[in-house]
Parts: sequence; structure tokens; C-alpha cells
Amino acid sequence: MIDRIREEARQRFSDLGFPTTHDEDWRFTSVAPISRTNFEPSGAGSQPAAASQAAPGVRIAKLSEADVEPYLARYASFQNNAFVALNTANFEDGLFIHIAKGAVIEEPIELIIRSSANGHPTVSHPRILIVAEPDSHATIIETYTGNGGAYFTNPVTEIVAGDHAVIDHYKLQTETARAYHVSTTQIQLGRDTNFRSHSLSFGGALVRNDVNAVLAEGCECTLNGLYLTGGEQHIDNHTTIDHAKPHAASHELYKGILEGHSRAVFNGKILVRKDAQKTDAKQTNKNLVLSEDAVIDTKPELQILADDVRCTHGATIGQLDPEAIFYLQSRGIGLADARNLLIFAFARDIVDRIKVVPLRERLERILLEKLHGTRN
Amino acid sequence: MSLLEIKNLHANVAGREILKGIDLSINAGEVHAIMGPNGSGKSTLAQVLSGRDLYQVTAGEVVYDGKDLLAMSPEDRAREGIFMAFQYPVEIPGVSNLYFLKAALNAIRKHQDLPDLDAMDFLALVKERMALMEMDQSLLNRAVNSGFSGGEKKRNEIFQMAVLEPKLAILDETDSGLDIDALKIVAAGVNALRSPERAMIVVTHYQRLLNYIVPDFVHVLAEGRIVKSGGKELALELEESGYVGIEGEAA
Repeated sequence: MIDRIREEARQRFSDLGFPTTHDEDWRFTSVAPISRTNFEPSGAGSQPAAASQAAPGVRIAKLSEADVEPYLARYASFQNNAFVALNTANFEDGLFIHIAKGAVIEEPIELIIRSSANGHPTVSHPRILIVAEPDSHATIIETYTGNGGAYFTNPVTEIVAGDHAVIDHYKLQTETARAYHVSTTQIQLGRDTNFRSHSLSFGGALVRNDVNAVLAEGCECTLNGLYLTGGEQHIDNHTTIDHAKPHAASHELYKGILEGHSRAVFNGKILVRKDAQKTDAKQTNKNLVLSEDAVIDTKPELQILADDVRCTHGATIGQLDPEAIFYLQSRGIGLADARNLLIFAFARDIVDRIKVVPLRERLERILLEKLHGTRN
Repeated sequence: MSLLEIKNLHANVAGREILKGIDLSINAGEVHAIMGPNGSGKSTLAQVLSGRDLYQVTAGEVVYDGKDLLAMSPEDRAREGIFMAFQYPVEIPGVSNLYFLKAALNAIRKHQDLPDLDAMDFLALVKERMALMEMDQSLLNRAVNSGFSGGEKKRNEIFQMAVLEPKLAILDETDSGLDIDALKIVAAGVNALRSPERAMIVVTHYQRLLNYIVPDFVHVLAEGRIVKSGGKELALELEESGYVGIEGEAA
């Protein structure tokens, strides 16, 4: 079965080829550095691994050792996404996370995906499938990291949440400075689920994250994002929220901090289908641009086919407020500290939404290091 | 030697001269009121003293505590004991009042070669000074000035001053926008901070504030110059006759 899907995906990729900036979805992001590089498979070392033993109620298994056929590759479509096709055709093995019906898992489930370039450019296609049965509660953290020179990580994660499940999902991307990272997180939500996604993107030379959620009736879906770019980095976040059924709410807040010659892209698509009456969707993208050479492209994409809905969107692009900097200085706080305090303040509401304390502290450290690193 | 010595101070904003030769000498322990009509340069003087870079000093000098004030960065002025209560306190979402004050106090202490105040002592200090300003302690955990009413913002300024204990406090139109009850609380806070070691410059358009914060000296600013100086009775005189006569005298 999976072999047939792989073959379809392989065929689909050869039809699609790598996207170009002529494709609307890739207008601001050229993947030429990826398509031009001759990557070698990185081998088993870059497979996703669980950071600790599974708690009662959780099963963590290799994809090859579990019966994943009802789910695997059923949600992340490769018809229109070459990178998903590439992953589906090529993933070696991956992780299956299963959360039992009604299980309340207090400890976060942490998955680590570590890539490495072994003297030559390597590619890996990490694959993760998370199935949360009805009424379960769980927190899952995916941490992407790596070492060495240029490598390409091309992960796909599928998340299937049963009715009334409460799931917090974190994706922390801290690849190395020369890494390429193109990811898809595909989320399928059952009735009355409460799902929160936090996409925290800091590393990589060229990064693209697609987060796609399909909502059922009564869902509450929150997509939070934070990206910090410096140097020549390029980070592109594309999100799609598909309000397929009525009475669902989505809240989306993505924030970006840009320095140096970096570039960031935010594209937030909200689709409200004809049946999805009483939809409440709110999308916000805020950007703090700290250098004259940094570029942000932000684009909301609303497609509303139902008539009794509330949908709002807003995007801002701003600099640090000189009045606020002076106010802090006038109280004795030095210029560099004043700037950092305000940059932290900008990121504050995303940081505060991270309920896993060690992760929140780690994020604060990363922010500090990045801010000092790019300025000095 | 006086704490602050301003000599022939000229300053521009966007190429336009606002201060046209200010001379002023202030000793520790004194409270000086600076009055004048709108556009006379009162707030510009306050901003120049605190180091706002929107203003260019084109001539003159300012000696503070024996040092060249104009050569100092805004943060160093604060660390050396200058505090300005802003006419329009800035809202800083995402930074709690408590964190902000702690960062400020410790930056000043570091400059004085003092160790950081430990968390308990800091909290005790803050709570004591907060009571002085009749402020609700919930304001500590709120973002700096964010969503504060006009009165809360002004009280917060004086509260910060009470925590940071400056040598020279500059109050820039602290009375503007305050109702009489809030004005009394602010004035009581300021009066509690009067001391022989501390000087204050009270910039105001109206005499009303000076009923509550009684100055030792009153200076009238018009068109960028001090045109008249006197004791506290000068403020009352201005209340009666307005600024028109004063400006006439200057011409």
C-alpha cells in the first residue's frame, strides 16, 4: 500500500518539479538554492527520535512497525506540493505517535529531528504521524536542529485529532545558518477539538513552513508563529485554515522580527466554505523591521463562501518606537538594553502563550543570543 | 557651587530656534517653577536637559554637578541623577512596570557601583513608594503606561521618581490633564520628595499646580528667553495679569 503511494508521489514530483517564483504560492521564495544542489541522502541519523520514554497512554513507534495505513499520507496531499511529494516518495522511516482515547498526557512529548551535513550536502525527509484519539489531551514538541554545513531538511508532519481532543503542538526550528528547511504540518481536526500550533522559526538560510488546518464543527484552532531573521536569512510562513464546517473559531497571530539583509514572508489563507456558517476567524501578522535592508512580504488571503461569519485580518510592519527608546534611556537603561527590551516586548505575547516552561525559557535564551549575535 | 548651571543655552528643533539664550542657576534643595505661554520653549528646555535628540543645542553650556551635561547620553544623565517626568508618558506594551523599574533602578545602581537590589528589598521599596502615590499594586504587573488613564500615567511618573530618587527632577507639565483630586495626589507625592539634597524644575502653564507645589523661585519664559524671575508671588501675579504684560516687558 505505502509502496503504491510512494510511487504515486514519485510520479507526482517528476510532473510538478520544484516550484518557481512564477507559482503564486512561491512568489517570494526561490528554492533555486535547493533545486541546484546535488544532495546525498543523509542516512538513518536524521530520523525523528523521541526525547524520552512514552508515558502511559502514549505509543511511540516507527512508522514501519505500526499499522498506519488508515492515516499515513491521507492528509498531507502531494498533488500540489512538490516538497510533500518529495517527502512522501523518499522518507525512509518516521515516527508514529498515538495518544489513546481519553488519555490526559501531562508531560510534553518531545521529538528531536537532528540533521547533519557530513562534509557534503545531505537531504533528509523526516516523517511524523500524530494520531490523538477522541477526548485525549497532549502536548507535542518537534525540535529541528542540526550541525555541519549545507543540508536540506524536508519534513512532513500529519496530525489527526479526534473529537474533543485538546492538542498543543510546538515546532521549534533551530537549524544551522547554512541549512535549508521546507516543512509541511498538516492538521485534521475532529469535532469540538481545541488545537494550538506554535511555529517558532529561527535557524536556516532558506526556510519555508506550511501549516494547514482543516476544521470540523465547533473547533477552536489557534495558530501562533514567531520568526526572527538576520543576516541573509529567508523565512517564509504559509498557513491555511480551512473552515469546512460551521461554528468553528480560528485565531492566528504570527509575529516577525527582521534584521540585516534578511527577508520574511507571511501568507495567511483562510477559507470559509459554504456550509461553515457562524465561523469566527481572526488573523494578525505583525512585523518589526530593525534594518533598512530587511524585507517583509505579508499577504492575507481570505476566501469566504458563507454569509453569516466574522472574519478579520490585519498586518502591520513597524520599527522600534524612538519615543519608547528615549523613555527607557531617560530612566537609566542603556541604548542597546532599551532596544532589546522593546524587541522582547514585541515578541512577548507569543512567548507568553508557550505553556511548556522549559521551552519558553529556551525560547527566551534563543532570542537573547540571536539579538546579541546579529547586532555585535 | 550650584547643582545646575545653564549658560546662554540656544536650541533648535528642525532648524527653528526655540531656546534663544537661557541662563539659569539651580541649587540643591530648591524648587524652581518655569512658566510661560504655549510655544515659549518650556518643554523644549525640559527635553534638552533630559537629552532628547530631536533638539540640537547650537550654543551655550549646561554644567550639572560639575559635569558637562550636554556631552552625556540620556541614560548617563539619568544614572547621574536627572529624572524627567514626561508630559506625555510613553506606553510600552509587553514590558511590565515592575520589570522596567527594576531594570532602571539597577542600571542606576550599577553606575554608582552598587549591587543589584535583591528581589525582596526591591519589592518592599516599590510597595512603600506606591502607597505614597495611592496607586493600586495591580499596576505593577501591567505593561508600562499601557491602557493607563491620563491621571494614572502622571502618577506613575512621580512613582518612578520616588523609586529612582533623583538629584534633579524635571516635571514637564505634570499637571496637564489632571483633575483636582489627581493633582493633589501628584503634588503630595512631589512634596514628599522635596529634600535639601534634591532640586526640582516644575514646568507648567498654569499657576494652579503651584498652589500645591510651592516653588522657591518662579521664572517666566517667553519666546525662548527667561524674561522675568522672582519668588512664588510672581506666579500669583501672572494668574492675575496673564502672560500678555510679561511678554510686553520683554519686547
